[in-house]
Amino acid sequence: MNANRTLATSARVLRQLRHDPRSIALMLLVPCLMLFLLRYVFDGSPGTFDSIGASLLGIFPLITMFLVTSIATLRERTSGTLERLLAMPLGKTDLIAGYALAFGLVAVLQSVLATGLAVWFLGLDVIGSPWLLLLVALLDALLGTALGLFVSAFAASEFQAVQFMPAVIFPQLLLCGLFTPRDRMAPALEAISDVLPMSYAVDGMNQVLRHPDVTGDFVRDALVVAGCAVLVLGLGAATLRRRTA
Amino acid sequence: MMNYSAGEAVDKASTRGAAATAAVTAQNLTATRGDRQVLRGLDFTVPAGRITGLLGPSGCGKTTLMRTIVGTQAKVTGTLQVLGRPAGDPALRSRIGYVTQAPSVYDDLTVRQNLDYFAAVLLPGRAHRHDRRTAVDRAIEDVDLADHAGSLAGRLSGGQRSRVSLAVALLGTPELLVLDEPTVGLDPVLRRDLWNLFHRLAAERGTTLLVSSHVMDEAERCHRLLLMREGEILAEDTPEALRRRNDTATVEEAFLHLVDAANTRAAQAARAARGTEATTEEPRP
Repeated sequence: MNANRTLATSARVLRQLRHDPRSIALMLLVPCLMLFLLRYVFDGSPGTFDSIGASLLGIFPLITMFLVTSIATLRERTSGTLERLLAMPLGKTDLIAGYALAFGLVAVLQSVLATGLAVWFLGLDVIGSPWLLLLVALLDALLGTALGLFVSAFAASEFQAVQFMPAVIFPQLLLCGLFTPRDRMAPALEAISDVLPMSYAVDGMNQVLRHPDVTGDFVRDALVVAGCAVLVLGLGAATLRRRTA
Repeated sequence: MMNYSAGEAVDKASTRGAAATAAVTAQNLTATRGDRQVLRGLDFTVPAGRITGLLGPSGCGKTTLMRTIVGTQAKVTGTLQVLGRPAGDPALRSRIGYVTQAPSVYDDLTVRQNLDYFAAVLLPGRAHRHDRRTAVDRAIEDVDLADHAGSLAGRLSGGQRSRVSLAVALLGTPELLVLDEPTVGLDPVLRRDLWNLFHRLAAERGTTLLVSSHVMDEAERCHRLLLMREGEILAEDTPEALRRRNDTATVEEAFLHLVDAANTRAAQAARAARGTEATTEEPRP
Protein backbone atom coordinates (compact mmCIF):
# COMPACT_ATOMS: atom_id res chain seq x y z
CA MET A 1 0.00 0.00 0.00
CA ASN A 2 1.42 3.35 -1.04
CA ALA A 3 -0.44 6.57 -0.21
CA ASN A 4 0.93 8.43 -3.23
CA ARG A 5 -0.18 5.76 -5.66
CA THR A 6 -3.62 5.67 -3.99
CA LEU A 7 -3.98 9.44 -4.29
CA ALA A 8 -2.77 9.39 -7.90
CA THR A 9 -5.42 6.77 -8.65
CA SER A 10 -8.17 8.84 -6.99
CA ALA A 11 -7.06 11.91 -8.91
CA ARG A 12 -7.14 9.95 -12.14
CA VAL A 13 -10.65 8.60 -11.47
CA LEU A 14 -11.91 12.11 -10.68
CA ARG A 15 -10.19 13.48 -13.79
CA GLN A 16 -11.99 10.87 -15.90
CA LEU A 17 -15.25 11.90 -14.28
CA ARG A 18 -14.54 15.57 -15.02
CA HIS A 19 -14.50 14.79 -18.74
CA ASP A 20 -18.05 13.52 -18.31
CA PRO A 21 -20.09 16.44 -16.90
CA ARG A 22 -23.38 14.79 -17.75
CA SER A 23 -22.70 11.89 -15.38
CA ILE A 24 -21.72 14.31 -12.63
CA ALA A 25 -24.95 16.24 -13.11
CA LEU A 26 -27.01 13.05 -13.02
CA MET A 27 -25.27 11.78 -9.90
CA LEU A 28 -25.75 15.02 -8.03
CA LEU A 29 -29.16 16.14 -9.21
CA VAL A 30 -31.24 12.97 -9.52
CA PRO A 31 -31.37 12.30 -5.73
CA CYS A 32 -32.42 15.90 -5.14
CA LEU A 33 -35.14 15.62 -7.76
CA MET A 34 -36.44 12.39 -6.18
CA LEU A 35 -36.61 13.97 -2.73
CA PHE A 36 -38.39 16.96 -4.18
CA LEU A 37 -40.95 14.70 -5.86
CA LEU A 38 -41.39 12.66 -2.69
CA ARG A 39 -42.03 15.76 -0.61
CA TYR A 40 -45.02 16.68 -2.77
CA VAL A 41 -46.23 13.12 -3.25
CA PHE A 42 -46.68 13.01 0.54
CA ASP A 43 -47.92 16.59 0.71
CA GLY A 44 -50.81 15.57 2.99
CA SER A 45 -48.77 13.40 5.38
CA PRO A 46 -45.47 15.03 6.38
CA GLY A 47 -44.79 12.20 8.87
CA THR A 48 -44.49 9.71 5.99
CA PHE A 49 -42.13 12.06 4.12
CA ASP A 50 -39.92 12.27 7.23
CA SER A 51 -39.48 8.52 7.55
CA ILE A 52 -39.23 7.64 3.85
CA GLY A 53 -37.15 10.73 3.06
CA ALA A 54 -34.61 9.89 5.76
CA SER A 55 -34.39 6.28 4.56
CA LEU A 56 -33.85 7.42 0.99
CA LEU A 57 -31.02 9.72 2.05
CA GLY A 58 -29.25 6.51 3.01
CA ILE A 59 -30.29 4.51 -0.04
CA PHE A 60 -29.45 6.99 -2.83
CA PRO A 61 -25.69 7.09 -2.28
CA LEU A 62 -25.61 3.30 -2.05
CA ILE A 63 -27.39 2.81 -5.39
CA THR A 64 -25.55 5.57 -7.27
CA MET A 65 -22.13 4.49 -6.11
CA PHE A 66 -22.93 0.85 -6.83
CA LEU A 67 -23.80 1.66 -10.43
CA VAL A 68 -20.94 4.07 -11.02
CA THR A 69 -18.30 1.80 -9.51
CA SER A 70 -19.45 -1.39 -11.16
CA ILE A 71 -19.39 0.23 -14.61
CA ALA A 72 -16.11 2.08 -14.00
CA THR A 73 -14.23 -1.01 -12.79
CA LEU A 74 -15.76 -3.13 -15.51
CA ARG A 75 -14.44 -0.66 -18.07
CA GLU A 76 -11.06 -0.87 -16.38
CA ARG A 77 -11.15 -4.64 -16.73
CA THR A 78 -12.32 -4.74 -20.35
CA SER A 79 -10.12 -1.91 -21.66
CA GLY A 80 -6.95 -3.73 -20.60
CA THR A 81 -5.87 -0.91 -18.28
CA LEU A 82 -6.42 -3.14 -15.25
CA GLU A 83 -4.05 -5.77 -16.64
CA ARG A 84 -1.56 -3.03 -17.44
CA LEU A 85 -1.78 -1.56 -13.93
CA LEU A 86 -1.38 -4.95 -12.28
CA ALA A 87 1.72 -5.58 -14.42
CA MET A 88 3.09 -2.33 -12.93
CA PRO A 89 4.20 -1.81 -9.33
CA LEU A 90 0.67 -0.90 -8.17
CA GLY A 91 -0.80 -2.64 -5.13
CA LYS A 92 -4.34 -4.00 -5.40
CA THR A 93 -5.25 -2.06 -2.28
CA ASP A 94 -3.86 1.12 -3.89
CA LEU A 95 -6.30 0.68 -6.75
CA ILE A 96 -9.30 -0.18 -4.59
CA ALA A 97 -8.63 2.51 -2.02
CA GLY A 98 -8.12 4.97 -4.88
CA TYR A 99 -11.55 4.17 -6.28
CA ALA A 100 -13.21 4.21 -2.85
CA LEU A 101 -11.65 7.59 -2.06
CA ALA A 102 -12.64 9.20 -5.37
CA PHE A 103 -16.21 7.97 -5.34
CA GLY A 104 -16.44 8.61 -1.59
CA LEU A 105 -15.70 12.25 -2.36
CA VAL A 106 -18.45 12.37 -4.98
CA ALA A 107 -20.78 10.70 -2.47
CA VAL A 108 -20.03 13.37 0.14
CA LEU A 109 -20.96 16.05 -2.37
CA GLN A 110 -24.13 14.19 -3.35
CA SER A 111 -25.13 13.63 0.27
CA VAL A 112 -24.48 17.23 1.29
CA LEU A 113 -26.74 18.45 -1.50
CA ALA A 114 -29.51 15.91 -0.83
CA THR A 115 -29.42 16.24 2.96
CA GLY A 116 -29.25 20.04 2.80
CA LEU A 117 -32.19 20.20 0.43
CA ALA A 118 -34.26 17.78 2.52
CA VAL A 119 -33.56 19.37 5.90
CA TRP A 120 -33.56 23.07 5.06
CA PHE A 121 -35.83 23.40 2.06
CA LEU A 122 -38.24 20.47 2.12
CA GLY A 123 -38.85 20.54 5.86
CA LEU A 124 -37.57 17.05 6.69
CA ASP A 125 -38.04 16.90 10.45
CA VAL A 126 -34.89 15.43 11.98
CA ILE A 127 -34.55 15.33 15.76
CA GLY A 128 -30.88 14.26 15.71
CA SER A 129 -27.95 16.00 14.07
CA PRO A 130 -27.88 16.33 10.25
CA TRP A 131 -24.13 15.55 10.50
CA LEU A 132 -25.03 12.04 11.57
CA LEU A 133 -27.29 11.70 8.53
CA LEU A 134 -24.29 12.69 6.45
CA LEU A 135 -22.07 10.16 8.20
CA VAL A 136 -24.47 7.30 7.48
CA ALA A 137 -24.87 8.48 3.88
CA LEU A 138 -21.09 8.38 3.45
CA LEU A 139 -20.84 4.88 4.90
CA ASP A 140 -23.64 3.80 2.57
CA ALA A 141 -21.75 5.25 -0.37
CA LEU A 142 -18.68 3.26 0.63
CA LEU A 143 -20.79 0.13 0.83
CA GLY A 144 -22.18 0.85 -2.63
CA THR A 145 -18.65 1.34 -4.00
CA ALA A 146 -17.55 -1.93 -2.41
CA LEU A 147 -20.51 -3.90 -3.77
CA GLY A 148 -20.07 -2.41 -7.23
CA LEU A 149 -16.39 -3.29 -7.29
CA PHE A 150 -17.10 -6.83 -6.19
CA VAL A 151 -19.95 -7.42 -8.60
CA SER A 152 -18.00 -6.07 -11.60
CA ALA A 153 -15.79 -9.16 -11.37
CA PHE A 154 -18.77 -11.31 -12.33
CA ALA A 155 -20.03 -9.17 -15.20
CA ALA A 156 -18.62 -9.76 -18.65
CA SER A 157 -20.20 -6.66 -20.16
CA GLU A 158 -21.72 -3.34 -19.16
CA PHE A 159 -25.08 -4.84 -20.04
CA GLN A 160 -24.64 -7.54 -17.39
CA ALA A 161 -23.26 -5.06 -14.87
CA VAL A 162 -26.43 -3.00 -15.05
CA GLN A 163 -28.53 -6.15 -14.58
CA PHE A 164 -26.71 -6.79 -11.32
CA MET A 165 -28.28 -3.64 -9.91
CA PRO A 166 -31.80 -5.10 -9.58
CA ALA A 167 -30.31 -8.45 -8.51
CA VAL A 168 -28.20 -7.05 -5.68
CA ILE A 169 -30.01 -3.87 -4.69
CA PHE A 170 -33.75 -4.52 -5.16
CA PRO A 171 -34.11 -7.40 -2.67
CA GLN A 172 -32.39 -5.24 -0.06
CA LEU A 173 -34.66 -2.33 -0.97
CA LEU A 174 -37.76 -4.47 -0.43
CA LEU A 175 -36.54 -5.94 2.85
CA CYS A 176 -34.80 -2.93 4.42
CA GLY A 177 -37.91 -1.62 6.14
CA LEU A 178 -38.62 1.19 3.70
CA PHE A 179 -42.06 -0.10 2.70
CA THR A 180 -43.11 -1.74 5.95
CA PRO A 181 -41.40 -2.12 9.32
CA ARG A 182 -39.15 -5.18 9.32
CA ASP A 183 -40.77 -6.74 12.40
CA ARG A 184 -44.09 -6.93 10.56
CA MET A 185 -42.72 -9.05 7.71
CA ALA A 186 -42.98 -12.84 7.51
CA PRO A 187 -40.47 -14.20 10.09
CA ALA A 188 -38.30 -15.78 7.38
CA LEU A 189 -38.02 -12.45 5.55
CA GLU A 190 -37.26 -10.62 8.76
CA ALA A 191 -34.43 -13.06 9.41
CA ILE A 192 -33.05 -12.44 5.92
CA SER A 193 -33.33 -8.68 6.36
CA ASP A 194 -31.28 -9.02 9.56
CA VAL A 195 -28.23 -10.04 7.52
CA LEU A 196 -28.60 -7.51 4.68
CA PRO A 197 -26.51 -4.37 5.15
CA MET A 198 -29.07 -1.95 3.73
CA SER A 199 -31.41 -2.74 6.65
CA TYR A 200 -28.82 -1.23 8.98
CA ALA A 201 -28.30 1.76 6.71
CA VAL A 202 -32.00 2.57 6.82
CA ASP A 203 -32.28 1.83 10.54
CA GLY A 204 -29.36 4.19 11.23
CA MET A 205 -31.11 7.00 9.35
CA ASN A 206 -34.29 6.42 11.34
CA GLN A 207 -32.34 6.48 14.63
CA VAL A 208 -31.08 9.98 13.76
CA LEU A 209 -34.59 10.97 12.71
CA ARG A 210 -36.14 10.01 16.06
CA HIS A 211 -33.47 10.52 18.72
CA PRO A 212 -31.67 13.71 19.71
CA ASP A 213 -28.49 11.87 20.78
CA VAL A 214 -26.29 9.16 19.38
CA THR A 215 -28.02 5.94 20.44
CA GLY A 216 -26.47 2.54 20.95
CA ASP A 217 -28.48 1.25 18.01
CA PHE A 218 -27.07 4.01 15.82
CA VAL A 219 -23.50 3.04 16.72
CA ARG A 220 -24.29 -0.61 15.95
CA ASP A 221 -25.87 0.33 12.59
CA ALA A 222 -22.91 2.50 11.58
CA LEU A 223 -20.43 -0.22 12.56
CA VAL A 224 -22.33 -2.91 10.67
CA VAL A 225 -22.47 -0.82 7.48
CA ALA A 226 -18.79 0.15 7.76
CA GLY A 227 -17.81 -3.44 8.54
CA CYS A 228 -19.73 -4.76 5.53
CA ALA A 229 -18.08 -2.16 3.30
CA VAL A 230 -14.59 -3.16 4.44
CA LEU A 231 -15.40 -6.87 4.10
CA VAL A 232 -16.76 -6.49 0.57
CA LEU A 233 -13.83 -4.24 -0.43
CA GLY A 234 -11.55 -7.05 0.70
CA LEU A 235 -13.53 -9.54 -1.38
CA GLY A 236 -13.29 -7.10 -4.30
CA ALA A 237 -9.51 -6.96 -3.92
CA ALA A 238 -9.42 -10.75 -4.05
CA THR A 239 -11.13 -10.69 -7.47
CA LEU A 240 -8.25 -8.67 -8.96
CA ARG A 241 -5.78 -11.19 -10.32
CA ARG A 242 -2.31 -10.37 -11.56
CA ARG A 243 -2.22 -13.64 -13.45
CA THR A 244 -5.16 -14.69 -15.56
CA ALA A 245 -5.78 -17.60 -17.89
CA MET B 1 3.60 -19.66 -8.13
CA MET B 2 6.24 -17.12 -9.15
CA ASN B 3 8.76 -19.85 -9.79
CA TYR B 4 7.56 -22.39 -12.24
CA SER B 5 9.58 -25.44 -11.25
CA ALA B 6 12.52 -26.93 -9.53
CA GLY B 7 15.71 -27.06 -11.54
CA GLU B 8 16.21 -23.34 -11.35
CA ALA B 9 19.66 -23.83 -9.84
CA VAL B 10 20.64 -26.07 -12.72
CA ASP B 11 19.33 -23.50 -15.13
CA LYS B 12 21.34 -20.71 -13.52
CA ALA B 13 24.51 -22.76 -13.60
CA SER B 14 24.10 -23.82 -17.20
CA THR B 15 23.29 -20.39 -18.55
CA ARG B 16 25.62 -18.33 -16.41
CA GLY B 17 27.93 -17.81 -19.35
CA ALA B 18 25.04 -16.49 -21.42
CA ALA B 19 23.47 -14.56 -18.53
CA ALA B 20 25.24 -11.35 -19.48
CA THR B 21 23.75 -11.44 -22.96
CA ALA B 22 20.35 -13.13 -22.47
CA ALA B 23 17.44 -11.05 -21.20
CA VAL B 24 15.00 -13.97 -21.29
CA THR B 25 15.81 -17.67 -21.01
CA ALA B 26 13.09 -20.31 -21.27
CA GLN B 27 13.38 -24.03 -20.73
CA ASN B 28 10.59 -26.51 -21.34
CA LEU B 29 8.03 -23.72 -21.00
CA THR B 30 4.36 -24.70 -21.25
CA ALA B 31 1.14 -22.74 -20.76
CA THR B 32 -2.41 -24.02 -20.68
CA ARG B 33 -5.57 -22.06 -21.43
CA GLY B 34 -8.73 -24.00 -20.64
CA ASP B 35 -7.85 -27.58 -21.60
CA ARG B 36 -5.68 -26.54 -24.54
CA GLN B 37 -1.90 -26.47 -24.25
CA VAL B 38 -1.01 -23.16 -25.94
CA LEU B 39 2.76 -23.35 -25.37
CA ARG B 40 4.29 -26.82 -25.73
CA GLY B 41 7.66 -27.10 -24.04
CA LEU B 42 9.49 -24.09 -25.46
CA ASP B 43 13.25 -23.53 -25.19
CA PHE B 44 14.61 -20.20 -26.37
CA THR B 45 16.60 -17.13 -25.37
CA VAL B 46 16.04 -13.45 -26.07
CA PRO B 47 19.40 -11.63 -26.30
CA ALA B 48 19.78 -8.42 -24.28
CA GLY B 49 19.93 -5.06 -26.03
CA ARG B 50 18.69 -6.47 -29.34
CA ILE B 51 15.38 -6.58 -31.21
CA THR B 52 13.92 -10.06 -31.30
CA GLY B 53 10.97 -10.64 -33.60
CA LEU B 54 8.34 -13.18 -32.57
CA LEU B 55 6.68 -14.32 -35.75
CA GLY B 56 3.99 -16.78 -36.59
CA PRO B 57 0.40 -17.08 -37.82
CA SER B 58 -2.37 -15.72 -35.59
CA GLY B 59 -3.42 -18.16 -32.90
CA CYS B 60 0.02 -19.80 -32.68
CA GLY B 61 0.59 -18.64 -29.08
CA LYS B 62 2.53 -15.37 -29.53
CA THR B 63 0.36 -13.37 -27.13
CA THR B 64 0.36 -16.15 -24.52
CA LEU B 65 4.16 -16.34 -24.72
CA MET B 66 4.42 -12.58 -24.22
CA ARG B 67 2.01 -12.66 -21.27
CA THR B 68 4.09 -15.46 -19.77
CA ILE B 69 7.25 -13.35 -19.97
CA VAL B 70 5.48 -10.33 -18.50
CA GLY B 71 4.08 -12.55 -15.73
CA THR B 72 0.35 -12.10 -16.30
CA GLN B 73 -0.29 -15.61 -17.63
CA ALA B 74 -1.62 -18.23 -15.22
CA LYS B 75 -1.05 -22.00 -15.47
CA VAL B 76 2.56 -21.96 -16.64
CA THR B 77 5.14 -24.68 -16.07
CA GLY B 78 8.85 -24.90 -16.91
CA THR B 79 11.65 -22.46 -16.24
CA LEU B 80 11.52 -18.86 -17.35
CA GLN B 81 14.18 -16.36 -16.29
CA VAL B 82 13.53 -12.71 -17.14
CA LEU B 83 16.28 -10.16 -16.45
CA GLY B 84 17.86 -12.60 -14.02
CA ARG B 85 14.70 -13.30 -12.03
CA PRO B 86 11.86 -15.79 -12.35
CA ALA B 87 9.07 -14.40 -14.57
CA GLY B 88 6.35 -12.63 -12.60
CA ASP B 89 8.71 -11.59 -9.77
CA PRO B 90 7.33 -8.36 -8.24
CA ALA B 91 10.76 -6.69 -8.65
CA LEU B 92 10.36 -7.02 -12.42
CA ARG B 93 7.18 -4.95 -12.60
CA SER B 94 9.00 -1.64 -13.00
CA ARG B 95 11.66 -3.09 -15.31
CA ILE B 96 9.38 -4.44 -18.04
CA GLY B 97 7.19 -2.43 -20.40
CA TYR B 98 4.31 -4.35 -21.97
CA VAL B 99 2.08 -3.15 -24.77
CA THR B 100 -0.97 -5.30 -25.45
CA GLN B 101 -2.36 -5.69 -28.94
CA ALA B 102 -5.43 -3.57 -28.18
CA PRO B 103 -4.35 -0.17 -26.82
CA SER B 104 -4.87 -0.12 -23.06
CA VAL B 105 -5.30 3.53 -22.16
CA TYR B 106 -8.10 5.59 -20.63
CA ASP B 107 -10.23 6.95 -23.47
CA ASP B 108 -11.73 9.64 -21.26
CA LEU B 109 -8.36 11.16 -20.36
CA THR B 110 -6.06 13.23 -22.54
CA VAL B 111 -2.79 11.77 -23.79
CA ARG B 112 -0.82 13.70 -21.19
CA GLN B 113 -3.21 12.82 -18.35
CA ASN B 114 -2.88 9.14 -19.25
CA LEU B 115 0.88 9.35 -19.12
CA ASP B 116 0.85 11.46 -15.95
CA TYR B 117 -1.13 8.79 -14.14
CA PHE B 118 0.96 5.82 -15.24
CA ALA B 119 4.10 7.82 -14.45
CA ALA B 120 2.74 8.42 -10.93
CA VAL B 121 2.28 4.68 -10.51
CA LEU B 122 5.86 4.02 -11.61
CA LEU B 123 7.48 6.96 -9.79
CA PRO B 124 5.14 7.96 -6.96
CA GLY B 125 5.60 10.90 -4.66
CA ARG B 126 6.32 14.61 -4.75
CA ALA B 127 10.07 14.03 -4.80
CA HIS B 128 9.85 12.54 -8.30
CA ARG B 129 7.70 15.30 -9.76
CA HIS B 130 10.45 16.59 -11.98
CA ASP B 131 11.50 13.11 -13.13
CA ARG B 132 7.90 12.31 -13.97
CA ARG B 133 7.51 15.42 -16.10
CA THR B 134 10.73 14.64 -17.97
CA ALA B 135 9.69 11.01 -18.52
CA VAL B 136 6.23 12.03 -19.80
CA ASP B 137 7.66 14.67 -22.16
CA ARG B 138 10.20 12.24 -23.53
CA ALA B 139 7.61 9.47 -24.04
CA ILE B 140 5.34 11.87 -25.95
CA GLU B 141 8.31 12.92 -28.12
CA ASP B 142 9.33 9.29 -28.67
CA VAL B 143 6.00 8.35 -30.23
CA ASP B 144 5.65 11.69 -32.00
CA LEU B 145 2.39 12.76 -30.37
CA ALA B 146 3.43 16.23 -29.13
CA ASP B 147 0.70 17.81 -31.27
CA HIS B 148 -1.97 15.65 -29.64
CA ALA B 149 -0.84 15.76 -26.01
CA GLY B 150 -4.00 17.65 -25.02
CA SER B 151 -6.47 15.48 -26.96
CA LEU B 152 -8.68 12.86 -25.36
CA ALA B 153 -7.31 9.41 -26.14
CA GLY B 154 -10.79 8.30 -27.23
CA ARG B 155 -10.84 10.97 -29.96
CA LEU B 156 -7.58 9.82 -31.54
CA SER B 157 -7.29 7.51 -34.51
CA GLY B 158 -6.53 3.81 -33.95
CA GLY B 159 -2.86 4.24 -34.82
CA GLN B 160 -2.51 7.24 -32.53
CA ARG B 161 -4.13 5.40 -29.63
CA SER B 162 -1.77 2.47 -30.01
CA ARG B 163 1.12 4.95 -29.90
CA VAL B 164 -0.23 6.36 -26.63
CA SER B 165 -0.24 2.81 -25.31
CA LEU B 166 3.38 2.43 -26.46
CA ALA B 167 4.32 5.74 -24.82
CA VAL B 168 2.99 4.44 -21.48
CA ALA B 169 5.29 1.43 -21.78
CA LEU B 170 8.30 3.68 -22.47
CA LEU B 171 7.75 5.78 -19.32
CA GLY B 172 9.99 4.06 -16.82
CA THR B 173 12.83 3.42 -19.32
CA PRO B 174 12.20 -0.34 -19.05
CA GLU B 175 15.07 -2.74 -19.67
CA LEU B 176 12.75 -5.09 -21.51
CA LEU B 177 9.98 -3.97 -23.84
CA VAL B 178 7.40 -6.58 -24.86
CA LEU B 179 5.32 -5.32 -27.78
CA ASP B 180 2.36 -7.32 -29.09
CA GLU B 181 1.78 -6.45 -32.77
CA PRO B 182 2.68 -2.76 -32.33
CA THR B 183 2.50 -1.90 -36.03
CA VAL B 184 -0.82 -3.54 -36.91
CA GLY B 185 -3.06 -1.21 -38.90
CA LEU B 186 -0.45 1.53 -39.26
CA ASP B 187 0.43 3.21 -42.54
CA PRO B 188 3.87 2.51 -44.04
CA VAL B 189 5.35 5.84 -42.94
CA LEU B 190 4.35 5.33 -39.31
CA ARG B 191 5.55 1.76 -39.40
CA ARG B 192 8.94 2.88 -40.61
CA ASP B 193 9.07 5.58 -37.91
CA LEU B 194 8.20 3.06 -35.19
CA TRP B 195 10.86 0.62 -36.35
CA ASN B 196 13.38 3.47 -36.34
CA LEU B 197 12.30 4.18 -32.76
CA PHE B 198 12.73 0.52 -31.80
CA HIS B 199 16.26 0.53 -33.21
CA ARG B 200 17.03 3.79 -31.42
CA LEU B 201 15.80 2.30 -28.11
CA ALA B 202 18.02 -0.75 -28.55
CA ALA B 203 21.06 1.23 -29.65
CA GLU B 204 20.86 4.29 -27.38
CA ARG B 205 19.10 3.02 -24.25
CA GLY B 206 20.24 -0.59 -24.41
CA THR B 207 16.62 -1.75 -24.29
CA THR B 208 15.83 -5.37 -25.11
CA LEU B 209 12.81 -5.58 -27.40
CA LEU B 210 10.56 -8.54 -28.09
CA VAL B 211 8.21 -7.58 -30.92
CA SER B 212 5.50 -9.87 -32.24
CA SER B 213 4.13 -9.60 -35.74
CA HIS B 214 2.43 -11.70 -38.33
CA VAL B 215 3.71 -9.45 -41.12
CA MET B 216 6.79 -11.20 -42.40
CA ASP B 217 8.42 -8.19 -44.06
CA GLU B 218 8.96 -6.77 -40.58
CA ALA B 219 11.09 -9.80 -39.80
CA GLU B 220 13.91 -8.34 -41.87
CA ARG B 221 14.13 -5.39 -39.48
CA CYS B 222 14.85 -7.58 -36.44
CA HIS B 223 18.25 -8.65 -35.17
CA ARG B 224 16.97 -12.07 -34.32
CA LEU B 225 13.84 -14.09 -34.93
CA LEU B 226 11.74 -16.65 -33.14
CA LEU B 227 9.45 -18.40 -35.58
CA MET B 228 6.43 -19.96 -33.92
CA ARG B 229 3.82 -22.42 -35.10
CA GLU B 230 1.09 -24.11 -33.05
CA GLY B 231 2.70 -23.49 -29.68
CA GLU B 232 6.18 -24.57 -30.71
CA ILE B 233 9.33 -22.73 -31.71
CA LEU B 234 10.01 -23.66 -35.32
CA ALA B 235 13.31 -21.80 -35.63
CA GLU B 236 15.46 -19.39 -33.65
CA ASP B 237 18.11 -17.47 -35.58
CA THR B 238 19.08 -14.25 -37.35
CA PRO B 239 17.14 -13.33 -40.51
CA GLU B 240 20.25 -13.85 -42.69
CA ALA B 241 20.95 -17.30 -41.25
CA LEU B 242 17.32 -18.35 -41.73
CA ARG B 243 17.35 -17.27 -45.37
CA ARG B 244 20.70 -18.93 -46.01
CA ARG B 245 19.86 -22.19 -44.25
CA ASN B 246 16.59 -22.63 -46.12
CA ASP B 247 18.07 -21.28 -49.34
CA THR B 248 15.36 -18.66 -49.78
CA ALA B 249 15.35 -14.97 -50.75
CA THR B 250 13.10 -13.77 -47.90
CA VAL B 251 12.29 -14.73 -44.33
CA GLU B 252 8.70 -15.26 -45.41
CA GLU B 253 9.74 -18.00 -47.84
CA ALA B 254 12.00 -19.53 -45.19
CA PHE B 255 9.11 -19.57 -42.77
CA LEU B 256 6.74 -21.17 -45.28
CA HIS B 257 9.42 -23.73 -46.10
CA LEU B 258 9.77 -24.58 -42.39
CA VAL B 259 6.00 -24.75 -41.88
CA ASP B 260 5.57 -27.10 -44.84
CA ALA B 261 8.35 -29.33 -43.52
CA ALA B 262 6.73 -29.38 -40.06
CA ASN B 263 3.31 -30.17 -41.57
CA THR B 264 4.77 -33.06 -43.56
CA ARG B 265 6.47 -34.41 -40.45
CA ALA B 266 3.20 -34.16 -38.50
CA ALA B 267 1.26 -35.91 -41.26
CA GLN B 268 3.86 -38.67 -41.44
CA ALA B 269 3.73 -39.13 -37.68
CA ALA B 270 -0.06 -39.35 -37.78
CA ARG B 271 0.07 -41.88 -40.61
CA ALA B 272 2.66 -43.94 -38.75
CA ALA B 273 0.43 -43.91 -35.65
CA ARG B 274 -2.53 -45.13 -37.70
CA GLY B 275 -0.29 -47.73 -39.31
CA THR B 276 0.75 -49.25 -36.00
CA GLU B 277 -2.90 -49.33 -34.92
CA ALA B 278 -3.75 -51.23 -38.09
CA THR B 279 -0.98 -53.77 -37.62
CA THR B 280 -1.93 -54.43 -34.00
CA GLU B 281 -5.49 -55.08 -35.09
CA GLU B 282 -4.55 -57.36 -37.97
CA PRO B 283 -3.96 -60.59 -36.01
CA ARG B 284 -7.58 -60.61 -34.92
CA PRO B 285 -9.75 -63.04 -36.85
